[in-house]
Amino acid sequence: MSDDIEQSFFKEHISQRFNTELEDIHSRVLSMGGLVEQQLIDAVSAMVETKFELAEKVATSDYKVNAQEVEIDEACTEILVRRQPTASDLRLVLAVIKTITDLERIGDEAERMGRMALHFLEQDRQQGPIEGLGEMGEHVHGMLRGALDAFARMDVDQAVRVAQLDIQVDSQHEAIVHRLMEQMMKSPDAVPRAMDVVWTARSLERIGDRARNICEYVVYFVRGKNVRHTSYEQMAEEATGDRH
Amino acid sequence: MQMPQPNDNPGDPEGVVARSSMGAAELREGSDTVEGEDRPQSTPAPGVTRAPEVGGGSEAAEPTHPTKVDVRGLSLWYGDTQALFDVSLRIPEKDVTALIGPSGCGKSTFLRCINRMNDLISAVTIRGQLLLDEADVYGSEVDVVQLRSRVGMVFQQPNPFPKSIYENVAYAPRIHGLAKKGAEMDELVETSLRKAGLWKEVSDRLSMPGTALSGGQQQRLCIARAIAVNPDVILMDEPASALDPVATATIEELIDELRSNYTIIIVTHNMQQAARVARYTAFFHLGEVIEFDDTDTIFTNPSQKRTEDYITGRFG
Repeated sequence: MSDDIEQSFFKEHISQRFNTELEDIHSRVLSMGGLVEQQLIDAVSAMVETKFELAEKVATSDYKVNAQEVEIDEACTEILVRRQPTASDLRLVLAVIKTITDLERIGDEAERMGRMALHFLEQDRQQGPIEGLGEMGEHVHGMLRGALDAFARMDVDQAVRVAQLDIQVDSQHEAIVHRLMEQMMKSPDAVPRAMDVVWTARSLERIGDRARNICEYVVYFVRGKNVRHTSYEQMAEEATGDRH
Repeated sequence: MQMPQPNDNPGDPEGVVARSSMGAAELREGSDTVEGEDRPQSTPAPGVTRAPEVGGGSEAAEPTHPTKVDVRGLSLWYGDTQALFDVSLRIPEKDVTALIGPSGCGKSTFLRCINRMNDLISAVTIRGQLLLDEADVYGSEVDVVQLRSRVGMVFQQPNPFPKSIYENVAYAPRIHGLAKKGAEMDELVETSLRKAGLWKEVSDRLSMPGTALSGGQQQRLCIARAIAVNPDVILMDEPASALDPVATATIEELIDELRSNYTIIIVTHNMQQAARVARYTAFFHLGEVIEFDDTDTIFTNPSQKRTEDYITGRFG
């Protein structure tokens, strides 16, 4: 795709209303993304910084994310019905539909993390720091922010860079689980507490996967190539090379 | 991506085919610039030009059909006004190819070149090559009447003859001597009407005037009329634009049934129709072919910005 298409991905239609409709779903995704990002920040902070009230807030706020998903879904359905979009317009609508599904799931993971934090803190509100979890949380948050930023600008290069960050998330997850397994073997009393952390790290790892999915939709929109279930190398190649 | 092919095989060094006189020989015996024209159509000779190796997705894995209509560097002028500019396209056999583009882009002009309907317009000049089964449609020996029996045409407005339904279908086979009067002709009329999906609706009133049918039925009668002379190619110029959505759906369903036996080339302003019925789509703009590819590719991921702009409604 030429640069000028990328820069005007929802502009220049003869129908101004169509421009507005596409711009609207795109900006609504970013607004939903902002909400999900805040849920993630709060969930990590609740767990790592032992903030009980914040954990409660995260565990009970997911309905806002869900409501946004339903609204955007309906707006996309309306565009499909009324406009029968083609080419980059069609790919934008599809990318939006897929992105909001992943964002909604990220919201679910954040909610789950909030519940874990509540459970974790109910046992002992004066928990010590959990090694590596804060760092992993920051890294995953950086990935989500980067993915949303790539989506905002439909920046295929950034999408590829961000997707590759998932490798580090996976290794951080492995390291945390490994450490907790050792702790649990040494001290069976630590199992309930450690399991909360294992599930939290698992949620963060899933969020990394979903942020990567969003990056893949950016590549799909810009290049018209489906790079799901491919290696990072293939993704980078498809993102930079010719489309045919 | 398959771009239109350049005019790489100039049978005529000047590339001039302008307004040839009508010869007596059959087209199949065709041009002396091409070898192997007697081979069966379904088993093309080695080296025969093939349909576009279409890009993208699983469609590309399917075997490509041999080329039925091979157009090389075709240009056309109405007087001093050039309407087609160096058009090159290889239209595959026994499938549906749609020609899309804004009004005045040359798609209907191009369509009418294939069965030499433009011969009927004075002051038309044509350069380049247009091969049907590798034989030059504009060759001096071509019998245009025979050509048009091989390349049938269906127009925007249904135009049945002011005759009975039966006569509408029987008229051309009788002229071409394809069937004798009586049982043989009855059978041909029935078969043609069945193929056009009209038989059940008209079998008990074949003597009724064709013009008494509904618009959609009239259009299917015109398709039956085209089929009756057993053409290879059917050209359709906006065949459903005068019909309501139900009649349109019936015509599209009919096109889908006919695709395995005929090479269908359809001009349409309705892009969704092109997306629904055609396996290949060519986008015309200002007399040029901008892009020719698998329909899925054209509508999901075209390679040319002008195609993208047109199909997404971005033209000013």
